[in-house]
Amino acid sequence: MKIEILGSGCKRCIQLGENAEAALAAAGKSAEVVKVTNPVEIARRGVMSTPGLAIDGKLVSTGRVLAADEIGRLLP
Amino acid sequence: MAIFQWLNNQLLRMDWLSASVRGLMEALGIDVGTRLGGSLHFFIYDVIKIFILLGVLIFAISYVQSHFPPERTRAIVGRFRGLPANTLAALLGTVTPFCSCSSIPLFIGFVGAGLPLGVTFSFLISSPLVDLASVILLASIFNWPIAIAYVAVGVVLAVVGGTLIERAGLQRHIEPFVLDNPIADVPQAELTRAERLAYAREQVVDVFGRVWAYVLVGVAIGALIHNWIPQQVIAALLGSDKLWAVPLATVVGIPMYADIFGTLPIAEALVARGVGLGTVLAFMMAVTALSVPSLILLRQVVRPPLLAVFVGIVTLGIVAIGYLFNAFAYLLV
Repeated sequence: MKIEILGSGCKRCIQLGENAEAALAAAGKSAEVVKVTNPVEIARRGVMSTPGLAIDGKLVSTGRVLAADEIGRLLP
Repeated sequence: MAIFQWLNNQLLRMDWLSASVRGLMEALGIDVGTRLGGSLHFFIYDVIKIFILLGVLIFAISYVQSHFPPERTRAIVGRFRGLPANTLAALLGTVTPFCSCSSIPLFIGFVGAGLPLGVTFSFLISSPLVDLASVILLASIFNWPIAIAYVAVGVVLAVVGGTLIERAGLQRHIEPFVLDNPIADVPQAELTRAERLAYAREQVVDVFGRVWAYVLVGVAIGALIHNWIPQQVIAALLGSDKLWAVPLATVVGIPMYADIFGTLPIAEALVARGVGLGTVLAFMMAVTALSVPSLILLRQVVRPPLLAVFVGIVTLGIVAIGYLFNAFAYLLV
């Protein structure tokens, strides 16, 4: 599984990354968590409000810092 | 009308808070009539007031804004051309959540998806300038006619500015990668009520984390203006009879990066010291609409000539609005 955090590296993006790690730990799953910081790549993926969250290439959320349990429900 | 005025004074201006802080200070034996006591009273009252307003307003406004994600704004505006498109972009800019940290993906998302450059700039001018929070805050320190007039001129500035940028034929100064990349239009799931509330809560925490320091600095400067800088100095620099007051306030405000919450106490203090309404509004507009950090971000997607035209148009617009308000303030107060 691959989780991508799409955002310029602001505080909210870092928080979202931490919540994703926490969700993975809680679910006992492992995944590669990648930060996408290039603004062109972020926009190309359809994100206009950062941070965005993509799981296995699919964008699941934009503009929100999802809580760990919310991310947990989105994990495959 | 009297009840409305009372509600305004108690809920927005929080006269009760001012009185409680004064009562508390007097009980502790601090005389608020002295210069130091007065400054302390202004500082404590204003910090608490702004933090309360910030929490309540950001929560309520974020809930409303969750209905207007930029994707929806883009879809609505994309159905129109010309002036109606600019006007809609400027109006939706007031309710679409905007953070300068997202300005680059937003710019690429708009222009790359085929929205005209001028329409995108109408949005980018209005979004930080006239958001719902600023309207309610202006009503709290001045009154509703001034707040409404501020929105009206802000939207007009965004429409005119965007239209001029479009007409100037500066499209070649957009960085090529903005236009070369196909933009994915990912369908957005409609949020549930719980998600909107969670979003609003997140926004309060986020905005608080970003602006609390600016609020403290702003209130400190406000207290300084209120009680320490001599009236003659303020009158000589920014008095309503001084023609340079508006351009000076604008030029000082442009490089500064602060939220409307940070500029509010400064505006409040300046008005209390007799500075013209237009001068104060020009300062607030300059601080919120243009800043060095936001221009550095924008430079990533547009070349210097276009950036210069953008800064020039917005600056002239703010100066014009300042003079207009100074000339017609008597109609609004």
